[in-house]
Amino acid sequence: MSTASVLAAPLAAEVADKQSGEPFFFWLLAVVSVLAALGMIFMRKAVHSALLLATVMLSLAALYAIQNAPFLAFVQVIVYTGAVLMLFLFVMMVVGVSSTDSLVETIRGQRFWGVIAAIGFIALLGAGLGNAALGDSAGLNQANAEGNIVGLARLLFSKYVFAFEATSALLITAALGAMVLAHRERTEPKKTQKDLSKGRFLSADHPGPLPGPGTYARHNAVDMPALLPDGTPSELSVNPVIAARTDTAARHADLFGGTEEEALERDVAAVKAVTAEAEDADAESRSVKSGTPAAGGGASEGEAGQ
Amino acid sequence: MSPGHYLALSAILFTIGALGVLVRRNAIVVFMCIELMLNAANLSFISFSRMHGNLDGQIIAFFVMVVAAAEVVVGLAIIMTIFRTRRSSSVDDANLLKY
Repeated sequence: MSTASVLAAPLAAEVADKQSGEPFFFWLLAVVSVLAALGMIFMRKAVHSALLLATVMLSLAALYAIQNAPFLAFVQVIVYTGAVLMLFLFVMMVVGVSSTDSLVETIRGQRFWGVIAAIGFIALLGAGLGNAALGDSAGLNQANAEGNIVGLARLLFSKYVFAFEATSALLITAALGAMVLAHRERTEPKKTQKDLSKGRFLSADHPGPLPGPGTYARHNAVDMPALLPDGTPSELSVNPVIAARTDTAARHADLFGGTEEEALERDVAAVKAVTAEAEDADAESRSVKSGTPAAGGGASEGEAGQ
Repeated sequence: MSPGHYLALSAILFTIGALGVLVRRNAIVVFMCIELMLNAANLSFISFSRMHGNLDGQIIAFFVMVVAAAEVVVGLAIIMTIFRTRRSSSVDDANLLKY
């Protein structure tokens, strides 16, 4: 390093540390991250909190990138937003998305005193920051001269190599701990298909599958209960949700009480009445169009011609 | 932008996280607030790294991330185990040691 470069280095570092557009991005990301963090603690649903935390983490990743820490910015996105937050969402789905916080305070005045403590804490931190002589930042251009990742690797594998090794032990312990905690010990032998079948027949309930919905040959909608051999509708055959919503038994009121032949005759009569009505309407429209009351064959030809 | 700006932002985020830990009762949200506090600390580490012109701060932030990842894995496993036995993820319901 020549003397000229040694003399010029601090000045160059100071100048080069100024990044174009930094204030704009800083204020934008600061406002976004603080608002998202506030939203995170005030949202009642845990999923909304998780998504706002993702916003905070992405803003912080951008702030790291602005501050000459590209490697940590990417690690922040991949590890925090990608892995940790997905783990949070995964556990949230297992535990139950709908679980919202109760607004009942178990300790009286806890929220009030929590806010007071937070205000006191930020006041202390602000006082500390205000009194600190921070000076100007030196900038990382010299440290990052070989590239940020190379610089980090040089430190990580020399000065901090023992901490790095300890990290591996920590990670293995954490993985083992998670496996031990999440593992559920089986307290009884697993039931085979034979055991399940035996249990079904020994219980007083239905041994076979429940009757399906629908009444064969007349209706097959899911809200129509199946008919038992004696003609009574079976409530078991309908989904309990649908059964609770509608009076499924009443749907067979036409059949229940009367014989099946009577019901069939009623159906046939209803179908005949509808067809006759439709034919009448057809004939009328044809006579209006062609001006002549046409017979079936001629009219169909005329329609095909149009 | 002077390092002070970043440190102030970090302090605000840390305080919001601490407030969340104090006022929220859902264990998962409390855990997310702890993550927010760790992230705020990381931001100040990176600001210090830039202020001093060496990469030690970034290395520390990197270690914080590793510890946070391990902590999340174990913590969420504990939350799931408590949920399995007590059917609740509220921090008020896990109070057996109190009596």
